[in-house]
Formats: sequence, C-alpha cells, structure tokens
Amino acid sequence: MVLTAPLATLPLSAAEPFIIVQSTTSTQNSGLYDAILPLFTATSGIDVRVVAVGTGQAIKNARNCDGDVLLVHARASEQAFVADGAGVSRSDVMYNDFVLVGPADDPARLSDTTNVAEAFAALAQGETPFASRGDDSGTHKKEMSLWQNAHVDPTDASGAWYRETGSGMGATLNIAIGMNAYAMTDRATWIAFGNKSGHKIVFEGDEALFNQYGVIAVNPERCPAVKATEAKAFIDWLLSDAGQGAIGAYQRDGQQLFFPNAQK
Amino acid sequence: MLEIGTAFSAAFGLIIGLDADLIEIIALSLQVTLTAVLVACLIGFPLGALLAVGRFPMRNALVVLVNALMGLPPVVVGLGVYLMLSRAGPLGVLNLLYTPTAMVIAQTILVTPIIAALTRQVIEDMNIEYDELLRSMGTGRLSQMQTLLWDARYALVTAALAGLGRALAEVGAVMIVGGNINHVTRVMTTAIALETSKGELALALGLGIILMTLSIVLNATLMGFRRTAERMAYA
Repeated sequence: MVLTAPLATLPLSAAEPFIIVQSTTSTQNSGLYDAILPLFTATSGIDVRVVAVGTGQAIKNARNCDGDVLLVHARASEQAFVADGAGVSRSDVMYNDFVLVGPADDPARLSDTTNVAEAFAALAQGETPFASRGDDSGTHKKEMSLWQNAHVDPTDASGAWYRETGSGMGATLNIAIGMNAYAMTDRATWIAFGNKSGHKIVFEGDEALFNQYGVIAVNPERCPAVKATEAKAFIDWLLSDAGQGAIGAYQRDGQQLFFPNAQK
Repeated sequence: MLEIGTAFSAAFGLIIGLDADLIEIIALSLQVTLTAVLVACLIGFPLGALLAVGRFPMRNALVVLVNALMGLPPVVVGLGVYLMLSRAGPLGVLNLLYTPTAMVIAQTILVTPIIAALTRQVIEDMNIEYDELLRSMGTGRLSQMQTLLWDARYALVTAALAGLGRALAEVGAVMIVGGNINHVTRVMTTAIALETSKGELALALGLGIILMTLSIVLNATLMGFRRTAERMAYA
C-alpha cells in the first residue's frame, strides 16, 4: 500500500504547454530565470523548463534535439550551431563581463596589471594556483582564448599551478576558494555566489572580458519534435521591450547582473 | 567560514517554514525513489531467487555480473539512459527525457542489481536448509522459489532498504536524465547540488540534513512494519 501510492501520483505530461531551454548555468545560478520566467509564463501561458548545464553540454544536448531553445554564451560555437543547420538564427540577448577573482592579498599582484593579457601572464609567471573550469563551457572557451592572447599555454602546467576542475562555475569557485586559487568567472555568478569567503575581484574592466549571451531556436526542420511556435514566442519575448526590461531590472545586492542588448 | 550550526538552523528554518517548494521537492524525491525501488523489487526478488536456486549454464557468470553491477556509477547509468531517451536516441519518440519517469527508469537500473544480489544471497543461504525437504516433497523450481521468497520476506526488507538508500542518495543519474528542472524534476539531491554550486553551503547542508532525516524515518517505518509483522507471524 505504502509503495503503490507513488505510482498513481506520478505526474503525467502536463496540460500546460512547455518548452525546454538548454542553458548555461550563470543565468540560473544568479537567479535571473527565477525572476523573469514567471513574467513570460504569465503572459503566454507557456511554461519554460530550464536545463542548466555548461554551454558546451547545452549545445551538445540541443544538437541531439533535446531542447527547443538554446541560451548560452560562446558566440563562435553559437554561430557554428546555426551554420550547421542545428539552429535557426542567433540573436544577442544581453551581456555582462568576466572578472578574475582571487585571494584578498592578491599574491600575483593582478590588481597592478593594466590589461587582461598582462594579468594572465602574471598568473603564469608567478605560478600561482589557478582553478580552470576545464569543461568546454562558455567560460572555459573564453579563458582559453585569453591565455592564447597572453601567449601562455597553461595546460603545460596542468596539475601543477594550473588546476582543471572539470566542473561547473559554482563548483570551480568553491574549489578555488578552498585552495586559495585564482579563477575566472562571469560577474553575475560571482555577485550571487554565497561562499566568497576571503576571495574578491582582483581584475576587471578589460574590453576583452566582454561576455555576450545569445539565444537560438533549435531548427524544427532538423528536429521535428521541436515546439517551434512556443520557442519563437519565448525568443520574441526575450528580445521585446518587456523581456529586455525584465532582464535589466534584475538586481542582486543592489547590482545589475545582466545588461540587455537585443537589436531593435 | 561555514559553521555546521548554520546548516542546522537552515534545515530547521526550512522545516518550520514548510516552504511549498521544499515540500514539492521532497514529494518528488519520494515518488521517484519509492517507485524505482518498488519496480526494482518486482524484478530483483524473482531474479535473485532464480539465481539462487536455478541450475542453468552461465549461472555463476551471471551471479558475478549482478554482484558487480551493484557498483554501477550513477553517472554512467544516467548517461546510458540519456542516450536511450534522447531525441537522437532509439527511444526518443517516447518523449521521456527530463521527466520523473526517466528518473524512475535510471534509478530502477541502478537499484535492481543491489536488490537481486542481496536476494540471491539470502535465498541461497536459506535454500541450504530447505532444498532437500522441498525436493523430497516433489516441489518444482518455481514453487520452490516462491516458498523461499515468502519465507525470506523479512530478510528481504533489508535488501529493499539497501536499494532505497542507494536511490535516495544518488545524484548523478537523476541530474542527467531529469535535468534538475524547477517544479518538474528537481529532487532533494539535485537541489543540494544546485545550492552547492551557488555557494549556498549552509542551505545545501540543511537540505542534506532533511534528506538524512527522511531516510531515517523511512527506514524506521519499514523496520517497524517488519517487527510488527514478525511478531504477528510467530505469536
């Protein structure tokens, strides 16, 4: 009796229409989705189910047709996704920036550097511990391009001062804090992060740290099960004044986390 | 630094507040896990009994395999089930990915070998005493299995509890096939993983304390049933 009860109550497919969004983690961990998605659901009657994994994983899942919309932050991979026919078209949604966080005493003196290439070179030179995502996420792709600009191949030092966690942003930050290492994170995740301990932002503001988020509808011709109408309604809303306004209005600790920049 | 006390007060606050989201998450955890364990029992009990009393080629190899599968990594099960249920996979048309049903399937795969292996051990030990008697009565293999399973029913509760513990605790499989979708597939363990990744360590640990409490209550209830039933049976 006790054991048969759960069978009967397993929810069948919900009556309310829904879409699945394959997403990067920062938009979920920072609380953005909790703030804006109910507004869309209220006006459209469409429930938005977010699967928040890294950008790399989200793109792979969307390529397998396991989602209706892709919302990530790695422009080159996004453009490839559309060029391959996996996605319909890509639109800018919003941006913020990446920051380098590290121990409060900043042993590698990153706060004295003037651009991000210098900062990364200082990290390599000082051989100070650096926790990398190492997971093919949007943040990881960005980090690798920044190392390249600084003419450093950190993977030579993998396991020494360069530590590839192979984990999400939050897990990597927890690790960085645990071993007093530097890390690169998007600003939204950092502001919302609850376990900052003694760590703080040690480098920010270089234009190269720009972080653009894009949204793409999964191609219904390639993936017939995609809910194209609902997906389009969601993307249209995100790019509309209402959606853009909701993104801009979202704050944590009095700070705006995402800056809407959809093209009018 | 985080204090364990903060975690306990977070757990206490969550329970006192009787947060609707929390109740939903606990309810889904119980639904998924209890359903998976029930299905795993329905498969694992007869399978274990068959391995214990059956005489067929490759039996020993099968026993080794089932025992080894007790150590299946949840992430591997999750990935396997994902590949089957993905739209790009063979069962994609069923539309089950990112649903509680997918989570039940993954946990059933995870738990069945545990229940089957423990059942086999219990039944095999019992069969040493029963085998001669049952065969002298001309009992067939099938009814021999039935008799042994029925007589071992109290010991089998422990096998079910071992499976329950595994299912309630794992995060790797349900994270991949459920997707940790808020209000749809978020369960206790995936919520703990999410709060950890947000750096909300006290809240994560608080949820962990609630999960442990839940596990203790479930175990105590089932043991209570077993005691009462045993007393009534032997009174």
